[in-house]
Amino acid sequence: MRSGVASRIVFAAYLVLLMLPIYWLIILSLRKNEDIMSGLVFYPHHPTIEKYVAIFNDPTWMHAFGVSLSYVALNTIISVTVALPAAYAFNRYHFIGDKHLFFWLLTNLMVPAAVFAMPFFQLYYAVGLFDTIWAVVLAHCLFNVPLAVWILEGFVGGVPREIDETAAIDGYSFPHFFVRIFLPLIANGIGVTAFFCFMFSWVEQLLATTLTSAHALPFAAVMTRAYSASGMDWSLLSAAGVLTMIPGAVVIWFVRNHIAKGFALGRV
Amino acid sequence: MIDKPINNRAWLFVVPVLAFVLFSSIIPVMTVVNYSLQDTMGENNFFWNGDSWFRDLLNPATTIGARFNDALFRTLAFSFVCLLVEVPLGIAIALCVPRRGWSVGISLVIIALPMLIPWNVVGTIWQIFTREDIGLFGAALTGLGLHYNVTQDAVSAWVTIVVIDVWHWTPLVILLSYAGLRAIPDAYYQAARIDGASRWAVFANIELPKLQKVLVIAVLLRFMQTFMIYTEPFVVTGGGPGSATTFLSIDLDKIALGQVDLGNAAAMSLVYYLITLTVCWVFFTIMTQLDRRRDV
Repeated sequence: MRSGVASRIVFAAYLVLLMLPIYWLIILSLRKNEDIMSGLVFYPHHPTIEKYVAIFNDPTWMHAFGVSLSYVALNTIISVTVALPAAYAFNRYHFIGDKHLFFWLLTNLMVPAAVFAMPFFQLYYAVGLFDTIWAVVLAHCLFNVPLAVWILEGFVGGVPREIDETAAIDGYSFPHFFVRIFLPLIANGIGVTAFFCFMFSWVEQLLATTLTSAHALPFAAVMTRAYSASGMDWSLLSAAGVLTMIPGAVVIWFVRNHIAKGFALGRV
Repeated sequence: MIDKPINNRAWLFVVPVLAFVLFSSIIPVMTVVNYSLQDTMGENNFFWNGDSWFRDLLNPATTIGARFNDALFRTLAFSFVCLLVEVPLGIAIALCVPRRGWSVGISLVIIALPMLIPWNVVGTIWQIFTREDIGLFGAALTGLGLHYNVTQDAVSAWVTIVVIDVWHWTPLVILLSYAGLRAIPDAYYQAARIDGASRWAVFANIELPKLQKVLVIAVLLRFMQTFMIYTEPFVVTGGGPGSATTFLSIDLDKIALGQVDLGNAAAMSLVYYLITLTVCWVFFTIMTQLDRRRDV
């Protein structure tokens, strides 16, 4: 009833419109600058990967790519690890102040990054972490830890409480139960949560660029090198843009079957 | 939900989370509170200034007050327009997403892709795409004879920022609605078919009510994100032309980092923060009430 021809056409049209700007970026990245300025074409007539080669041969670009991936990875690991016991506690127990605490955690998801840019700069400068990947890792914890708690709490709720009780009766210690029995049960949820932490840390740039200046500049900040006095290097800018999409596309492929559920924060 | 045991030792499980979030939350907030109550003559000499930054900010007769009012109105208008486009569009597309077969996975990956692009790269993509010399969108609109110029024409700049946001974030609404639709048991549709319900009746009486909860999440997430928008307009229009696309975050950034006007910036930060907190509280209340209604 619902897979009519009309809906398929609408959906296909939507996908085409969605991909068009990305496709455009890819073509520009495969054309030389003189070629780009000479007119619009719908596919590159003389494709060249020279800008990609240039990026891969330039240590600044590659260092920045490594920096971006490291702070995202560290942030994801920290966020998921500290959020797991908290999500369990929020789902399984009542404790003094639990509701207020949960709400307070969520409010941190809603803080405009612009509000925190300047005080963050001062804080991390004062503790000597400015321009290290740790500044970005910790700053992104502000929103990724609460997000991880929220999503994981939904998945913890999907595991029947009887399992906890049975394990206790069978004589498992709590840490043993939690790591060996409980975590495998919510493996999908952990995957989805890690995906979301990755996503929000990877796309956030305001804090990441405010807290770094030279040694720990993220990849997307190095893109300003394409803006030079001699004019824009459109081709280089496009190639760098295309490269920033690859990690996201790879990660998303792994969670494609759970992503819809994850977007509903495990609560649908 | 109801028979959760009371166990205050559960706090121990929450301590690591508190440590990480408090470090990045309380200290910066207190820094801002500090600045909002003091003034400086330079040289790092601060003195108590009471609530005068706030009084200036909330009084539209002052320069900063007028500026704040304009930016607030602009941001609210932007959020409203985006929601008006994205929510219906997202639901409509979600109804068209295939439910089974090989195309499901690939469709979801393509839909989600825009959300995984760093925000300033999203800006760059559209900066290129809307140029009339090398961008398809800009060239097409100019070719149709429309007056389209992102950096000089306020209407063009607004339309562009809205189009970017729709492109970037409608996928969120689609994926949420899709998850909601998937959760509807087939039996509902079979019953509707037996009753001979029209497609519209199925949508209005089965699908829309079942989507209520995910739509609350979608509307509020989209409201928060559009209300906080910074990077895309910063890259594409820089807040211009004039101040046509100077939304709250951009204005705050201009005052705090551009003019280093700490008192005004801090007061503005706090008022901005309180507005988002209020909305967040409404969001949380609605959600928990929906949860409760479901449990009963």
